[in-house]
Amino acid sequence: MSTVVESQFEPRALVAPSPGRVMLRRFLRNRVAIAGAVVIILAVVFSFAGPLLWHTDQTHTDLTAANLAPSARHPLGTDAVGFDELGRLMVGGRTSLLIGLSAGILATVIGTVWGSVAGYAGGWVEAVMMRIVDAGIAIPALFILLVIAAIAQPNTAGLVLILGLVSWLVPSRLMRAETLSLKHSDYIQTLRAIGGSHARAIVHHIVPNSVSTIVVAVTFQIADSILLVAYVSYLGLGVKSPDTDWGGMLSQGLSQAYNGRWWLIVPAGLVIILVVCAFNAIGDGLRDSFEVGGRR
Amino acid sequence: MPLVWYTLRRLAQAVVVVFIVTVVVFLMLHSLPGGPARGILGAEATPQQIADFNHAQGLDKPLTTQYAIWIGQLLRGDLGRSYSLNATVSSLIAERLPKTLVLTLLSALLGLVVAVPLGLLQAARRNRLSDYLATAVTFVLFSTPLFFFGLVMIIVFSQTLPWLPAQAPQGQTLASVFADPAALVLPVLTGAAPLVAVFGRYMRSSALDNLARDYVRTARAKGTPFRRILSRHVLRNSATPLITMLGYQIPVMFGGALVVEQLFNYPGMGLLFWNAAQSSDFPVLLGCILVISIATVAGSLLADLAHSLIDPRTKAARS
Repeated sequence: MSTVVESQFEPRALVAPSPGRVMLRRFLRNRVAIAGAVVIILAVVFSFAGPLLWHTDQTHTDLTAANLAPSARHPLGTDAVGFDELGRLMVGGRTSLLIGLSAGILATVIGTVWGSVAGYAGGWVEAVMMRIVDAGIAIPALFILLVIAAIAQPNTAGLVLILGLVSWLVPSRLMRAETLSLKHSDYIQTLRAIGGSHARAIVHHIVPNSVSTIVVAVTFQIADSILLVAYVSYLGLGVKSPDTDWGGMLSQGLSQAYNGRWWLIVPAGLVIILVVCAFNAIGDGLRDSFEVGGRR
Repeated sequence: MPLVWYTLRRLAQAVVVVFIVTVVVFLMLHSLPGGPARGILGAEATPQQIADFNHAQGLDKPLTTQYAIWIGQLLRGDLGRSYSLNATVSSLIAERLPKTLVLTLLSALLGLVVAVPLGLLQAARRNRLSDYLATAVTFVLFSTPLFFFGLVMIIVFSQTLPWLPAQAPQGQTLASVFADPAALVLPVLTGAAPLVAVFGRYMRSSALDNLARDYVRTARAKGTPFRRILSRHVLRNSATPLITMLGYQIPVMFGGALVVEQLFNYPGMGLLFWNAAQSSDFPVLLGCILVISIATVAGSLLADLAHSLIDPRTKAARS
């Protein structure tokens, strides 16, 4: 309100703030989303810079130090082969965050391309493409991942690819809906009338105009991917020792936890929940400040 | 568009989706490295033994022929025989599926019973402490790996406090599931957790939307008590979309059943699938995925139809 009053006296304030500014301001006012961003920054610093301060051997097992309860020397105890759990949480965080981030981005990219092409093409092409999406959604991801676990032992890149390929479906639906609403807009019609190609319409106009939908989708997608990475080890698809990730630590601790070794599962479980919550909170905040529709 | 046409069109779409699912599943399971023969006969098998096995199982025929044979059998309700269990896939699924349905239905019911009043109360007490707390709980439930949640439940309520058994009811028959209700508590609670999160979040925002509508203002202006507005009008209007959501949540529920059944050793279809994956029992994997996908497609079809029957406003959206 104050801007309106000031604007009569101050010419500078006559210029309306850019939409990006308005969104940023709205996002910064969302305390939950800011907390989410802080959690993620802390998680990244912990995982990538942490090992510089807290030196532990995460490649050679040490059975003399196996299954130690938390102490000053090992604040989070040690696991069944003597790895320091705090150090392991840092190393595992790198894998979890990298795989989750890459898979979330990959899924959004595939979904964006698929959804915008389907929505733009229309007709039977769209019908076939979207029925394929329906079919993909009808097969729950965990079941596919378990079948893959039975037949293959992928490396990290393979894992990113697999996770991306099982989770692009929801973004593709969002992107199709977005494309449908943009397709008949005047500027797309004009572009076509002056001879612009279909590819140009999609790449230069529809996708850039959907950027808010895409940004919200990718945030939720990263949250989902980090959660899915946690499931992957449980299903038997995880990275191989001595490498690990948070989900791998959790599933290795499963049998140990019954023996009262809570430190093998509680820290790993909590960081997963914290980071996934953080990405979901940012997604909520972005969705509210962009005022776009989205899932949930 | 009249309801009949809409129904027929949705039905045709569903058939196409099921067809695509069969092709995808078929291709996925038949492009395995080494093929099923390796899985059944073991690493020691000679090439001759593998060739014999492939011939006996029809695995040496062209893929299209195999697919045609398989679809023909499928239409007659024949899903093949399990490689590792001495039974037909359809008999295995017929025995296990009802148990999984009991588990998922109880979980869904519990999820709704908790989430609907919770979401409604949150909307009524928006931005108060209770709302923030409930939001935090649903957020955490939404972001927790289910196997971790189930494990914590077992450790807390079965080990630390020896109140409930950590193993689900065993036994072959459906009746045996109910013979030991205490053993059902932890599996059902675990299965309900993610649904409380999904339904609760949805219910809260749906109720908030409704509270801002004109009919609420009119009712308040007429002097209708707020409680009555909540329980009669807002509850009904905001819970109806949950019926549609329930249909769409079927894949999530089956995914949950997979984890819950493995964790609590509950002899349903999820555990059948889990064990089949460990022994590369492809006919069983194929059959289970097919049944789940058809259930999902049927679920979203029914959800859409139910929604258009219950809420006459969607008719306008359809045409």
